[in-house]
Amino acid sequence: MSSIPREQVTPGKASLFYDPKIRGYVYQAALVAIVLFLIWSAASNAIENLRAQKIASGFGFWHNAAGFDINQKLIPFSASGGSTYGDAFIVGLLNTLLVAGLGIVFATLLGFFVGVARLSNNWVIAKLAMIYVEVIRNIPLLLQLFFWYNAVLKPLPNPRQSIELPGGFLLNNRGLYIPDPHLGPGGSLIVWAFLIGIVATLVFRSWAHRQQEATGRQYPIGWIALGLIVVLPLLVYFVTGRPISFVYPELAGFNLRGGIQIFPEFVALLIGLTTYTAGFIAEVVRAGILAVSKGQTEAAHALGLRNGPTLKLVVIPQAMRVIIPPLTSNYLNLTKNSSLAVAIGYPDLVQVFTGTVLNQTGQAVEVVAITMAVYLTISLVTSLFMNIYNKRMALVER
Amino acid sequence: MTDATTENSPNAFVRRETLQQEPAPLSVAGPLAWIRANLFSSPLNAILTLLCVWLVIDTVPGMVRFYFLDAVWTGANRDACLADKVGRPVGACWAYIADRTQYFIYGSYPVAERWRVNIVFAMFALGVVWLLWNKAPLKKVGAFFFFVILPTSAFALLLGGEKAGFVISWALLLSVAAVVVLLILSAYPDLVAGLVGEAALVYEKAKPTVARFSGPKRLAYTALVVFGLLAVVSWKPPAPNAFDEAVLSFVNFPTYLKYLFYRLWMNVGPMAFGLPRVDTGLWGGMTVTFLISAVGIVFSLPLGVLLALGRRSKLPAIQLLSVIFIEFVRGVPLITVLFMANTMLPLFVPQEWSPDRLLRPLIGVALFAAAYMAEVVRGGLQAMPKGQYEGAMSLGLGYWQMMRLIILPQALRIVIPGIVNTFIGLFKDTTLVTIVGIFDFLRTIEATLIDPTWATPTTRSTGYAFAAIFYFLCCWGMSRYSIAVEKRLAAGQKR
Repeated sequence: MSSIPREQVTPGKASLFYDPKIRGYVYQAALVAIVLFLIWSAASNAIENLRAQKIASGFGFWHNAAGFDINQKLIPFSASGGSTYGDAFIVGLLNTLLVAGLGIVFATLLGFFVGVARLSNNWVIAKLAMIYVEVIRNIPLLLQLFFWYNAVLKPLPNPRQSIELPGGFLLNNRGLYIPDPHLGPGGSLIVWAFLIGIVATLVFRSWAHRQQEATGRQYPIGWIALGLIVVLPLLVYFVTGRPISFVYPELAGFNLRGGIQIFPEFVALLIGLTTYTAGFIAEVVRAGILAVSKGQTEAAHALGLRNGPTLKLVVIPQAMRVIIPPLTSNYLNLTKNSSLAVAIGYPDLVQVFTGTVLNQTGQAVEVVAITMAVYLTISLVTSLFMNIYNKRMALVER
Repeated sequence: MTDATTENSPNAFVRRETLQQEPAPLSVAGPLAWIRANLFSSPLNAILTLLCVWLVIDTVPGMVRFYFLDAVWTGANRDACLADKVGRPVGACWAYIADRTQYFIYGSYPVAERWRVNIVFAMFALGVVWLLWNKAPLKKVGAFFFFVILPTSAFALLLGGEKAGFVISWALLLSVAAVVVLLILSAYPDLVAGLVGEAALVYEKAKPTVARFSGPKRLAYTALVVFGLLAVVSWKPPAPNAFDEAVLSFVNFPTYLKYLFYRLWMNVGPMAFGLPRVDTGLWGGMTVTFLISAVGIVFSLPLGVLLALGRRSKLPAIQLLSVIFIEFVRGVPLITVLFMANTMLPLFVPQEWSPDRLLRPLIGVALFAAAYMAEVVRGGLQAMPKGQYEGAMSLGLGYWQMMRLIILPQALRIVIPGIVNTFIGLFKDTTLVTIVGIFDFLRTIEATLIDPTWATPTTRSTGYAFAAIFYFLCCWGMSRYSIAVEKRLAAGQKR
């Protein structure tokens, strides 16, 4: 009843003990106190233990000379050349990024292929894709890596009996040897032509898109891209007088000389990561395509769109909205899983830094913290971009 | 009316009975049509089909030949699996698996003590079936069994030694005490008037004495029975001269008193139990794989629920801490967590508390899984309609009552598939402890591969195939279960 004065309705103040606000403060203060205490005791114990074990602390080791070599390196690194632990860190990080980057590309291709194959109306293909996905997803990655490395790549013949593959590729138990391209005079023009082709394609694509929005006219983007990216460099190649030559690997003594050696650890890790993650991506893709309701396809057909444009303009944009978030988390998983390299001896960040450097310096806290920080940064940056992308792609509801 | 005229005209023919149904034409139904629609619907499809069939023909017979037809099933050592000794092409060397099965299951656990592992396996199986089988009775008791009794008794049984006796006897004592307290309370309900409130007391009093406090009493009885059985199993009779000593010391009364207390302590304490200690360095094989997974699930689920609640909490400090923990752990690979547990954990505690080699990865795995579990549970909490929260609050329930009685039972039920999927990931991830030197199942396989007794060209492929089959069956079984649950849960939404 509105005639009752407000004061009479408000209940009398309960005791402080039952005030939810005060209780909340107490709980939080207690939790923070416990966490601070844990951190403090861990830190003081660590300091004491480190002193007892005579282990240095701090990041001074970063500039100390590293007394070991790494077989696969993207930057110069050698124990005799005075490389430091910091250099070892960068070598490991680059190796991780290399295998993760390539793995992501291949896993996406294979995953999309298998995911679409599972939905194929061809019974054999659909069943084979299903078997692939079920088998790959239900066997631990580590076992698969052991399989590729120990059971497939290690028993290959030694360099003297290398398996010859077409194109001058050689395969043996020391890895895959591929011809090493050498740029002659004018060779850099080809690379430039290739880069210019890509940029020109991108520019043309956005121009064509705007034209279509404005006038409805469509341009053959695919053909023009092919011309710019493939034909243009080829033309330059022939015009400049075929300046690219290859150094082929050949037998010298007990080993091979020339060519680029791709180490078996790298190959095993790449194959393992690719096939494993592809199994998961396939399921993501399948779920994404199934999430687009059949009515969308039918409506597009009713509007007169043919199969190709329907897929390109109606189904895929909507499926991508479902696919992208889990796809990103699969990319992150692949990057994190690349740390299993340590089990087969591929010199990635964990193997080089958390393995060798930690063993040599004994500075567990700093080394593990740096390693974790790297992975954490990769994850957080990726999810940041992910969130921005998600906001842009999210369904705009009126 | 045309109908009428046709029917009445004398020359018209009108069929009165239905025709026999004709089979569908071959081009529409039947195997031929199926093949055409599903295998050769277009030239591209035809090519792909042929390619796939060729792929299958190319690989499958070879594998069958290797793993079954040419395989060696029995034998005592590598000679059985060497082609030039046997005189025929040799495929998979299953004899090696058969020979080392015990090692794959128990690792280096002493042969005489393996019955203890078997008991734990049986209890684990019982707990799993109890919780996962939908029609199993007394789910709450099952949960109590799985999350409290099983870890305690598994710890005591597997490790043995003084600690085992200590744990079992205290667990036994606690459950006896709980049973006694509950018995007294159910006989005299007035004693608990302050605890349950007047209204509940009337309800309690109306029930027969036996049924009062039936829930807690059941839990206590279960604990009593299980721990009692374990105590009987592991009981060691006291030394024969203990009684004489007692009588002798009776002369000196204060010493006797001291002895009496000592004796009491001993009887509930360490010496009365005859389980020899088995060091964790000897544990191995599937035992360790299952142990890590079980520890992972037992600790990560409650911890994950707490973290999920923390992340959804309105108290900023609690929310922030939960978010930091969850995002931190989910952002780093398990390997680094294991390395951290292995190298940093011993630094963070005083020297004398330095955790056991096996305990370190266990902690790492449990914390790691908890962060993932928290996200799964959070999904369930967010899926709860707001009305459930508001309904609970309008009934006057406090936060914990609301969560325990209304929200969590529903939220956890809808995320069972997610929990099982996380568990599958956890189960596969247990293989990573290999890298920090724990002898899990995969590591025992690797270890036997270096063993010269069974060094043959085909041992490796056999061992890996065996490991793959083991992991595949476990993970695939779990995923089937999760799909079945999903279907059952979706039954309500079916139209």
